[in-house]
Amino acid sequence: MATRSGPRIGERPAVRRSLLAIVLVLAALILVAPLVVIFVQAFSAGFGAFARTIGEPDTLHAAGLTVLTALIAVPVNTAFGIAAAWAVTKFDFPLKRLLIIVIEIPFSVSPIVAGVAYLFVYGLQGLFGDALQSADLKILFALPGIVLASMFVTAPFVARELIPLMQAQGRDLEEAAASLGAGGLRTFLRVTLPNIRWALLYGVVLCNARVMGEFGAVSVVSGNVRGQTNTLPLHIELLYHDYDTAGAFAAATILTVLALVTLVLKVWLERRGAGRRTRRPAAPAAGEVAVPSLPASGLAR
Amino acid sequence: MKISLDAVSKAFDGFRAVNDVSLEVGSGRLVALLGPSGSGKTTILRMVAGLEFPTTGIIRFGEEDATNIPIAKRGVGFVFQHYALFPHMSVADNIAFGMEARKPKRSRDAIGARVAELLRLVQLDGLADRYPSQISGGQRQRVALARALAVEPRVLLLDEPFGALDAAVRRDLRRWLREIHDELGITTLFVTHDQEEALDLADEVVILKDGRIVQSGTPEQVTRQPASAFVMDFLGDTNRFAATVSGGRASLGALQLDAAGVPDGAGTVYARPRDLAWSGLSSRTGVPATVLRVLDRPDSRRIVAQTAAGEPVELDAAADAPVAAGDVGIIELRRWRVFADNPA
Repeated sequence: MATRSGPRIGERPAVRRSLLAIVLVLAALILVAPLVVIFVQAFSAGFGAFARTIGEPDTLHAAGLTVLTALIAVPVNTAFGIAAAWAVTKFDFPLKRLLIIVIEIPFSVSPIVAGVAYLFVYGLQGLFGDALQSADLKILFALPGIVLASMFVTAPFVARELIPLMQAQGRDLEEAAASLGAGGLRTFLRVTLPNIRWALLYGVVLCNARVMGEFGAVSVVSGNVRGQTNTLPLHIELLYHDYDTAGAFAAATILTVLALVTLVLKVWLERRGAGRRTRRPAAPAAGEVAVPSLPASGLAR
Repeated sequence: MKISLDAVSKAFDGFRAVNDVSLEVGSGRLVALLGPSGSGKTTILRMVAGLEFPTTGIIRFGEEDATNIPIAKRGVGFVFQHYALFPHMSVADNIAFGMEARKPKRSRDAIGARVAELLRLVQLDGLADRYPSQISGGQRQRVALARALAVEPRVLLLDEPFGALDAAVRRDLRRWLREIHDELGITTLFVTHDQEEALDLADEVVILKDGRIVQSGTPEQVTRQPASAFVMDFLGDTNRFAATVSGGRASLGALQLDAAGVPDGAGTVYARPRDLAWSGLSSRTGVPATVLRVLDRPDSRRIVAQTAAGEPVELDAAADAPVAAGDVGIIELRRWRVFADNPA
């Protein structure tokens, strides 16, 4: 409540209104307008034209390839994320801090750099170029390269969601399960997983959105062969360069709808407590003092 | 099941948390590991449980070498400091967890019956379907105990079992734990930093400092014959008076006190507040002092005073003792211990 001595900072009506106006106008211009444009343009030639463009074999193939990539990259990165989070939070080992930093590399590296790096490693002139060619293994300009590049870019998503949560939960529950005679798998499935499931799902949803939308890294390694190695984002760019604006926007609607679904999922998951960096279910009741029972394992970030 | 530790040490990154500890917990006994934080008591408990492994030394359960048996196979019941109840499982599921994990697997009915029996034992019938977040701290503690007992462990280990509870609940649970122990006769080892808890509950108290055992014995032994100034200090409030020891006698100003067995040189006289008595100037020998404050307690008066030598003293007097701030008098020593300042 503002007191008689005057409103708090930012509560003067003029300030409040102009701030709100600026934010709303900018949000409309920067965030909402492009979304609207995508749908307007996609349907500009009527629904029939939209359906035709979507149904075009190259577009369908690109969508299929994108889904296939996600179907491989997301589970692999989920497994990696769980394993990494488990290792970092439940075990002590040398170079643990380094591992945490390494996991986050993809966040700070431009995806295109990752793509170029893959060229150097798997390309014909690259590190394994000769070996791969003699083994007749095609990695670049084929599905494996696309999957690898997507995996690199999205490697941190699941681990990043799980590590803080599992750190906050500590090792007590797993130790309790072990003391009751449970093996590793039972402990993971019955004790660890139920306590991290929402954060895990949150990480998976974000990871999936990024895999499907990834452009930079994939564009370097895929070779952009229409109907063969084109993912949806690459296909949209090709259509656009062909001056097929309606086609480009129609294809873009697929990614946009996916983004909106992701957003809804994300909000729903956040309501269930995922994505918040607090220990949820076992919060100590009032009157109790929460004291970490283990010495800090050098993980504070 | 007897537990014995033979020259057990544990080092973390070069830091010796536990140093050459040998200890025997007789079958069916209730033993407390007591020490300040950092004394290594929890590490010892975790090594007995199999949550940590000794750097050197041997841990035996009965005659069996248990040093390297993993916790899941060791047959211990462990109650964690913050209970570590599974938050997503009901009380009944928490208690059943261990029975479901163990082989040979019991039938669902047998597990259900055992859960009901344990809930009765810990006096929580009716709370089977609650979740840990829906019950009180004391109830959680009892669920944790029931869960640990469900697997019929050979030994029961408790880490600061009452640490997170408020004083009244703590006292009740303490009595209750003693009753359960006597009823089941299970060998029990527990860790605490609270001397009152250790003395109240245990058959034997093991006092630790810097990873070593400094004294062990019955509550009577450790309280009446503390082995060192540290034990004396740690077990309760003490007053200290600087003294000089010579020929088995400590000189405290004009006062001569028995100090048999204490080496000559600088020493300190230790006395508990209840081992001192306040008397007027007419009194016999003692330490002259001035009363600074009087704190009234339900059953006594705590006199806060200062000796002529400037040392602070606290002593307890009867609830109706006529004392007031500013009084000058003599403090008599009825019981005391003398320790050399620099033990050889």
